[in-house]
Amino acid sequence: MSRLTITASTALCLLQDAGRFGVRHLGVTQGGAADWCSMSWANWLLGNALNATVVEITLGGFAVVAEEDCLLALAGADLGAQLEGLPLAPWRSFKLHKGQKLQFTQPLLGARAYLAAPGGFDARQVLGSSATVVREELGGPDGMGLPLARGGALSYSGESRLLREVPLPLRPDLQSKAPLDLVLGAQIGQFSGQSLFDAFNTAWSLDSRADRMGIRLLGNALHYQGQPMISEGIPLGAVQVPPDGQPIVLLNDRQTIGGYPRLGALTPLAMARLAQQLPGDRIRFAPVMQDRAWQAHNNYLKSYL
Amino acid sequence: MNPRIEVVALDCLMLRLFDEIAEANMPWMLAASERLRAAFGAQLIDLVPSYTTLMVHFDLTLSSPAQARQRIADALVDLAPSARSAGHCHVLPVWYDLSVGPELSLLAERSGLPVAEVVRRHCAREYQVFALGFAPGFAFMGLVEEILATPRLNTPRKKVAAGSVGIAERQTAAYPVVSPGGWNLIGRTPAKLFDRHRDGYSLMQPGDTVRFEAVDHAEFVRLGGDDTPLEALA
Repeated sequence: MSRLTITASTALCLLQDAGRFGVRHLGVTQGGAADWCSMSWANWLLGNALNATVVEITLGGFAVVAEEDCLLALAGADLGAQLEGLPLAPWRSFKLHKGQKLQFTQPLLGARAYLAAPGGFDARQVLGSSATVVREELGGPDGMGLPLARGGALSYSGESRLLREVPLPLRPDLQSKAPLDLVLGAQIGQFSGQSLFDAFNTAWSLDSRADRMGIRLLGNALHYQGQPMISEGIPLGAVQVPPDGQPIVLLNDRQTIGGYPRLGALTPLAMARLAQQLPGDRIRFAPVMQDRAWQAHNNYLKSYL
Repeated sequence: MNPRIEVVALDCLMLRLFDEIAEANMPWMLAASERLRAAFGAQLIDLVPSYTTLMVHFDLTLSSPAQARQRIADALVDLAPSARSAGHCHVLPVWYDLSVGPELSLLAERSGLPVAEVVRRHCAREYQVFALGFAPGFAFMGLVEEILATPRLNTPRKKVAAGSVGIAERQTAAYPVVSPGGWNLIGRTPAKLFDRHRDGYSLMQPGDTVRFEAVDHAEFVRLGGDDTPLEALA
């Protein structure tokens, strides 16, 4: 068992896995890594199960010191990682020798970095998952939903000798300006014509009101003309439109049911990209057919084989 | 009933069974849930029931959206309402007191009934659990008598005690953990509503029924209730 001591952390540094499933009918949210693609690459680098427990570091402010020789992997955002003061680029596994320090300084590209360890970091499984949901007091290092804290320890029990990089053509392009694919939902026809035009032909900027529950978008107000809705299940990526007309994209820690009308939902691949955007960034939506998006999704999964 | 299957996401379909909230929906909702769980088996990631809908979250690596839609349609053939005994009936002890349920007086004032009569009427009905949401184990129950219906507070409280029992419109619920909340509070239950160590985790499940039973302060404390007054929490 190898150990790392956490020497710096923030409320946005969390143990995560793919999420908590099979309990949403009890009001328990999904949770899990917001950029599941990068989490999967971090685990892939070490030959782990793609959903093994990782550290999700949002924006930086995290540092660890190795208590013994470790092999780790880093994927996702470039948060200015430094190994003993020297820059460490993401999308690779690397050795962190006993006594060496790994720290994340500031976001240079993207918002969320994923740190993986052989076999996944040790974490108590709560309701089938280690995903940290602070609001629900579930998951995380002691199972009570706490973020990683300075002075705490990280351990892992697996072994890996894989020192490698994610091949360039397979790395997610965090600079891509391509529109985000949105599967149209049942209420789409009940928005005004102008709103439908604006939804897909204007840019939306990310508000600073953003967390793991949802990201508010700023742009031309959208007008829903249908009947008030009865609360119903909310999928990951739902783009809901409250009465003020400013859409909210719902993330991993969203409430399980809700009654705002929706344009539809971003695809899982689009959600992974959105999770790397920062407040003030501008995004666009493109409507996509469910079956075409399904093919794109399954094709993408083949890149981990 | 006029079932419709709607697209909500790449990996989620919404089965819409009804257009209005009604107690009579529940036997149909339960029957459809059972059918869908059986039909999807390992392809089901989550089934999220609400008042009139069931959201089917399926595994994209095992089923295409078109196949999932067909599977839902097939599962509904000759659907018959499930026997009502399918759900558990819970009796929740509640200490109705102004110190833990400050809106008791508001409800009395609005309805023109004495506080004791408000309590009696809240206890008189057997409620259905329509859906769980908002927080783990938070059960939306109803319907309370029309005369007790009260809109949510204009400004939600920042902190509502665990076990707090409230009313919003014609629904009633109990808060499993300390959380913000805008419901009208009328009492507190000592029951542990969500417990990660319990089989099934949540005391109440969709389709269960619930009756409230008034207990005095001594009994509330004996059952493990925390009698800290609401204002002491703020």
